[in-house]
Amino acid sequence: MNRMMAIVEREMRKFFRSPALMMASMIMPLAQLIILGNAFGGKIHDARVAIVDEDGGPQALRVREAFDSVRANMRTFLPINYDNEKQAVQDVRNGKLQGALIIPPQFSRRVYEENHPRIAVVVDNSDNFMSSAIEDELTNMVNDLNQPTVEPRILQQTALDIVEMYPYIEYMKYLLPGSLVLAMFVSVMIGGGMLYIDDKARGVHEGYLVTPITKLELVLGLNSAGAIKAVMTGVIITIIGSLLAGVGTIFHPFTFVGLLIMIVLTAIAFNTMMFLLMVRIEDPLVPRAIFGILNTLLFFPSGSVYPVQAFPKWLRAIARVDPFTYAVDGFKCLLLKETALSAVWGDILYLTIFAAITLSIAIPLFKRTL
Amino acid sequence: MTADLTVKANGGSAEPDTAPHAIEVEHIVKKYGDFTAVDNVSFYVKEGEIFGLLGPNGAGKSTLIRMMTTLIPITSGVARIAGHDVAKDPNGARRLIGVIPQALTSDLDLTVEENLQIYAKLYDVPAKERQRSIDELLQLVDLTKWRDAQTKTLSGGMRRRLEIARGLVHHPKIFFLDEPTTGLDPVSRVAVWEMLGNIKAQRQLTILITTHYMDEADRLCDRIAIVDHGKLVALDAPMALKASVPGSNVIEVQFGDPPDDWEQRLHTLDDVTAIQHEGAGMYRVLTGNGSRTTTELVEMAVQASVPVKSLSVQNTTLDDVFVHYTGRQLRDELQKAYAYVMPQTPMRP
Repeated sequence: MNRMMAIVEREMRKFFRSPALMMASMIMPLAQLIILGNAFGGKIHDARVAIVDEDGGPQALRVREAFDSVRANMRTFLPINYDNEKQAVQDVRNGKLQGALIIPPQFSRRVYEENHPRIAVVVDNSDNFMSSAIEDELTNMVNDLNQPTVEPRILQQTALDIVEMYPYIEYMKYLLPGSLVLAMFVSVMIGGGMLYIDDKARGVHEGYLVTPITKLELVLGLNSAGAIKAVMTGVIITIIGSLLAGVGTIFHPFTFVGLLIMIVLTAIAFNTMMFLLMVRIEDPLVPRAIFGILNTLLFFPSGSVYPVQAFPKWLRAIARVDPFTYAVDGFKCLLLKETALSAVWGDILYLTIFAAITLSIAIPLFKRTL
Repeated sequence: MTADLTVKANGGSAEPDTAPHAIEVEHIVKKYGDFTAVDNVSFYVKEGEIFGLLGPNGAGKSTLIRMMTTLIPITSGVARIAGHDVAKDPNGARRLIGVIPQALTSDLDLTVEENLQIYAKLYDVPAKERQRSIDELLQLVDLTKWRDAQTKTLSGGMRRRLEIARGLVHHPKIFFLDEPTTGLDPVSRVAVWEMLGNIKAQRQLTILITTHYMDEADRLCDRIAIVDHGKLVALDAPMALKASVPGSNVIEVQFGDPPDDWEQRLHTLDDVTAIQHEGAGMYRVLTGNGSRTTTELVEMAVQASVPVKSLSVQNTTLDDVFVHYTGRQLRDELQKAYAYVMPQTPMRP
């Protein structure tokens, strides 16, 4: 019994002398509770939906008023007026919009003639949660228009055509961009975080520091090595994941080039972020302890498993600065939506700026001495 | 006493000082908060010399070597490596030095040759010279047949030899070794000593070595600086240091149940300069004449009916030098080090 208690005592003493481990073991479940509790199951708000009124008549105005009332009450949509149907559809494809409501020419006339009036909603069904929410809300809106409480002189019998942008996207395909980004993060966490601190603790860096290598060469060398490992992970997971999920876009040369650019930038941005977090850490336990917290803080708010539009404001704020958000968006566009590289320039720009900022903060913090 | 010794330390040996200085350390201080790890130390190392820093764990040897090798900033004072001020021109100094840290830091997952290749590149050794230099070094440290072995498969002694080769891959002029034989078995220690002797002879190196082994310092070093509590307490050639201790022999003797005043009675013997009582009837008697004192000591014991359990006569060792200058035995300090608990967070200036 005493021998068993000796083991327990030793473990307890170690545990209570490791504040990082204690904090991590308590903060991680709380962070998960708060982040996951708010990241899943919320109602969609402020989905950017274009309204293209090609009719301009009084009946089209009723549709627009109904649309606005949804905006005012449920706040499911953020309506954006478009003149051009083609541009609206293009922007849905590029991810700038989550959907577009098209009121075709002659809609009012067809209502008056009771000649099968129709409106259409084009949805980006690469995100099933978002497209289902828009479809449900617009179906309800059209039903309300067709069966108003006070019956008007002319009753609209409008049909809602739902146009899904892509063939049915299974959940496995939907998860692929998030899984790819997560795999790259794990690679950076191990290759750029844990191994970096382990080498430091083992004295490997002491060996580097007595050579004439400059601070910049050392920082860039360490970051490049971490990023290359993450790029290799990214390429392998993109290929294997696409084959497993049945995503054929990787076989398009331009998409593949776009994916490579996104993989490289994501790897660099993640690695510079990790380097900044680890630059003054000495204890090998710390990266292991914060791994779960970082994963929760960065992965779930990114919109990779549930749309950002369903998050509360504070979680959206995290999503807005989280490099995962931009990486996931870029990979979604290229893998699932088959967009051109121009559609992800915003993601590319953010990841580049993020990497530049984190690296420029980390360099002065990096100590060229022990 | 310290002030006098520091003056002597600055002067070094009594020989005429004609050789240029490879290392110059002037009034160097390292502080961590209120704690002074190195306190106003000055010395120089002549070109081609093997210079030893001797002291117990925590004396400040590693801190000194880390300041000289640009690994930690100097609080005050100056250290120059072949004329390059390590604070102002660290890269100039780094190009000229090879450093073997106390811990074995070669990458365990890489092979012997890969480790050397990486360091050759870190030191910008031209590609065409790299392979030749590595082949030569592998032969020098007797690791040629292990060149493709992963470092983790090597024994401690072989890994230490690899570290020595790593520090020489760029043909440095000055070689720093921080406790190179700590943790090695006696056979490996002797192998490392022999290797260092060969290397010095072949490459005309200046070597600065820290150690807490008296025999190592005695065997390897041309001059030795004794460091204690961050201060330099003595510096000279091993022979000169030993000569500076009153008495040329040490008699280690164990008596069975000696009377209380036995130490005082031992002091009355001719030529005795100092006595250290080590407990359990064990005494170390420093004397200027070993044979005469031994005879008198045995006669006194017989007359007093005090049995002599064991007796040995030795020449003065560096251990005696350490005791003379610090008032304590180095081996006691080493034992204390086992009980020393490192602070949780290292103090920083």
